[in-house]
Amino acid sequence: MPGRGRSVAAERSLFWGLAALLGLIAVVPVARLMTEGVMPGGIPGLGPFRRVLADPATWVALGQTLWVSLAAMVLSGLVGGAMALIVALTDLPAKRALVFAFTMLLMVPSQVTTIAWIELLGPSSALLHLVGLAPVPGTRNPLYSATGITVLLGLEHAPLVFLGLRTALRALPGELVEAARASGARPARVVRTVIVPLMGPSLIAGMALAFVSNIGNFGTPALLGIPARFPMLTTLIYQRLSGFGPRVLAEVAVLSLLLGVLAVAGVLIEAWLAGRRDVRVDGAAAAPVRLPLGRWRWPVMLLVWGFLATTLLVPLTALLSTALVAAYGQPFGLATATLENFRFILFGHPAARRAVANSLLLALGAAVLLFLAAVPVAYFAVWRRRRLMRALVLATELSYALPGVVLAIAAILIFIRPVLGFTLYNTLGIILMAYLARFFTLAHRPVAAAFRQLDIRLEEAAQMSGAGFVRRVLTVALPLVAPAAAAGGLLVFLTAFNELTVSALLWSAGHETLGVVVFSLEQGGDNTLAAAIASLTIVATVGLMAIASFLTRNLAHPVLPWQA
Amino acid sequence: MAGLILDRLTKRFAAGAPAAVDAVSLDVADGEFLAILGPSGCGKTTLLRLVAGFERPSGGAVRLGDRVVADGRTHVPPEDRHVGIVFQSYALWPHMSVGENVGYPLRTRGIKGAEYRRQVAAALDTVGLGGVEDRRPASLSGGQRQRVALARCLAMSPDLVLLDEPLANLDVHLKASLLDEFQHFRARTGATMLYITHDQSEAMALADRIAVMAHGRVEQLADPETLYRSPATAFVADFIGMGGIVEAVLPAATAGGRTLVEIAGHHALVRAAAGQPAGPALVCLRPEDLALADDGLPARCRRAQYQGGEWLVELTVDGQEDRQLQLLAKPGAVPAPGAAVRLRIGDGWVIPR
Repeated sequence: MPGRGRSVAAERSLFWGLAALLGLIAVVPVARLMTEGVMPGGIPGLGPFRRVLADPATWVALGQTLWVSLAAMVLSGLVGGAMALIVALTDLPAKRALVFAFTMLLMVPSQVTTIAWIELLGPSSALLHLVGLAPVPGTRNPLYSATGITVLLGLEHAPLVFLGLRTALRALPGELVEAARASGARPARVVRTVIVPLMGPSLIAGMALAFVSNIGNFGTPALLGIPARFPMLTTLIYQRLSGFGPRVLAEVAVLSLLLGVLAVAGVLIEAWLAGRRDVRVDGAAAAPVRLPLGRWRWPVMLLVWGFLATTLLVPLTALLSTALVAAYGQPFGLATATLENFRFILFGHPAARRAVANSLLLALGAAVLLFLAAVPVAYFAVWRRRRLMRALVLATELSYALPGVVLAIAAILIFIRPVLGFTLYNTLGIILMAYLARFFTLAHRPVAAAFRQLDIRLEEAAQMSGAGFVRRVLTVALPLVAPAAAAGGLLVFLTAFNELTVSALLWSAGHETLGVVVFSLEQGGDNTLAAAIASLTIVATVGLMAIASFLTRNLAHPVLPWQA
Repeated sequence: MAGLILDRLTKRFAAGAPAAVDAVSLDVADGEFLAILGPSGCGKTTLLRLVAGFERPSGGAVRLGDRVVADGRTHVPPEDRHVGIVFQSYALWPHMSVGENVGYPLRTRGIKGAEYRRQVAAALDTVGLGGVEDRRPASLSGGQRQRVALARCLAMSPDLVLLDEPLANLDVHLKASLLDEFQHFRARTGATMLYITHDQSEAMALADRIAVMAHGRVEQLADPETLYRSPATAFVADFIGMGGIVEAVLPAATAGGRTLVEIAGHHALVRAAAGQPAGPALVCLRPEDLALADDGLPARCRRAQYQGGEWLVELTVDGQEDRQLQLLAKPGAVPAPGAAVRLRIGDGWVIPR
């Protein structure tokens, strides 16, 4: 049968093409980084290792990275854990809105959140001037400190703890709680003796994830730590590379390996605990837990929404008010409010205009390419259980855990010389390649989850009906997972559009991203312009989140992190 | 110890939705073992959750002994009701040892030290699981886990014990041994027990009285024999025992005791409540009421299946092909499927209207 032969050939070439792509984005960067560590410039030698480890600055940055990340992790654990308990276990009203708003702490890019807080608490705060609470001009912004970095990182990554714990809490059988209450335990005791012990592993796993995100974060320690002369590993790498250029590549490669080791340690703890959070209970699927709040309903409502107003609404309002004043430091008022900053960045500022186009192009390119790759990869890995694909997917999961800085350094090492005659260095191409590597997991996870929920017999029935590989994928697999894949693609778009860490190291003149422009404007003292772009970023973020929610509203299982 | 009184207890999950529990009134005597029997979706689990306090009633009241635990104004939370529950899924906490599971209700009441250990050991001994205190629930078999759940209930010495389909996950042999265990539990504690099940054999084996539920209402509340012999509705007649309803005509209003009915032109003497009006009626005929005969009600054999010892023969009365009757026949006297037979009616019950 000629049709069958074609179908097998199509399947084989797609499989190996995808395997090569995953190898390129998940295995090659890490391998390249490691070779640079032991073979700087291609010649074996441990010179860079010795130099980096002998440099006291390394140890200062490492120590500060560790303790700030650990402290922020504890804060994320407290905030995210408490929020998860409240949202998952009680009958609090308006949970969807609450989850959406809380997840925004994570989805709004780090540099934007940080700028918003700087604008809120600094001596030039337009909002604080309005209420007469602004610090005296000339005083230092209290956020330019280790405490500032810790608090902001802790808030930004609290949703990571929240999301993991909430999933685990929802799987907790209600009967375990009901049995405790019937035994005479009051809600507080139920939480202490039943829920917390059972949820411990999930809580710590979420905190490990927050820790990994803390050590890899760039926007917050860069905007707060550089003025405060408080280096962390990511900012040290950035400053070395932007100060000395490619000749320190070997040293920054060693630094990023150091960062990578920390991240992998965090991920291994998370993976180990994830394996232990299985709460097995016999019998019928039990109803989820619902503890009635009773007369505590309104105080708790006030508490959680008050918290969100303080951590989200107030800083974002401060940001917007800075974006609306004509000159930095002016108090905000309806009479002085102007859209001039917005007009200037959208139409007058050439780099900002380019950056909007570049970021749109990069985000769209990454989203579409990863959408196209994620569906067949998940098909081979989940439905067909192909070992090589499963192993490669695992490799992408691991490389996803690596901080963006690490990936960016690897990308520079790979592309600094032309590869196969193509020069990607100093083009948008290198950023796109890095984005494909960085965000593949975001696109793949929802699709893999969708495939896992679908019965493989759907595929077998198509096979029985005589459908070849291409027809099966196009008529059975793709339509079934399309909504999840679209959600994944949107997530990639959203994240790539807001990205800073990778592009901060890979951008070149004419190839700026939005994140880079916001960051440069803020560092250069153009706070009102930075605030204007940041405000637009937030609008885009909320808009994209809402669109993604709308597109996936009919799915049986939520695929977006902020869906209740 | 305390009885349980439900007074027009009603639960709607949404305004305007059909009631999951619809004005149920029950009076369970102190120390009584009452089974709530019904098909899935009849509201029996909601009823249990209302009694336990996990749901708030939309109307009516729950009284435990002389305490009102739920009505329009009060809602005593589950932890203050002192009601033991044996869950279908056992609901043993996987992070606690067997001993910690059993001792949990003691700890919530502040019982500690030697007294705590003594009571845990005693509860486990009672269910035949002495000495497993330090094991994890996951290392026990299904039957053993259910015994641990029972021991946990025993340890709290509750006034009322609710059992939510506790045998649904167990095989036939374990069921039999746990049925004994429940009897033993009851004899030992004298607790009032409310047993939720869809399995009539469990209900009949254990209960003093059975409430048959359908669509949120109690169709009939009676002892097992009355339920079987004199069902109050066609639903109960159908749900309890093996079916067996035929259409009949009452020539005259009944006065109680035995009465004459006409079934497909043949006369038979059956039992009836007093005051049933003359005219069309439904008659419940149990397998033991019927026998194959040379003369009598004409019927046709549909199917026969060997039950070990006897054959269960399914028949339809001529002219009422959509209604099935069953009878037991000795090996050798089993009609072939499709064969015409005659039935002698020894007894029966006119379902009240």
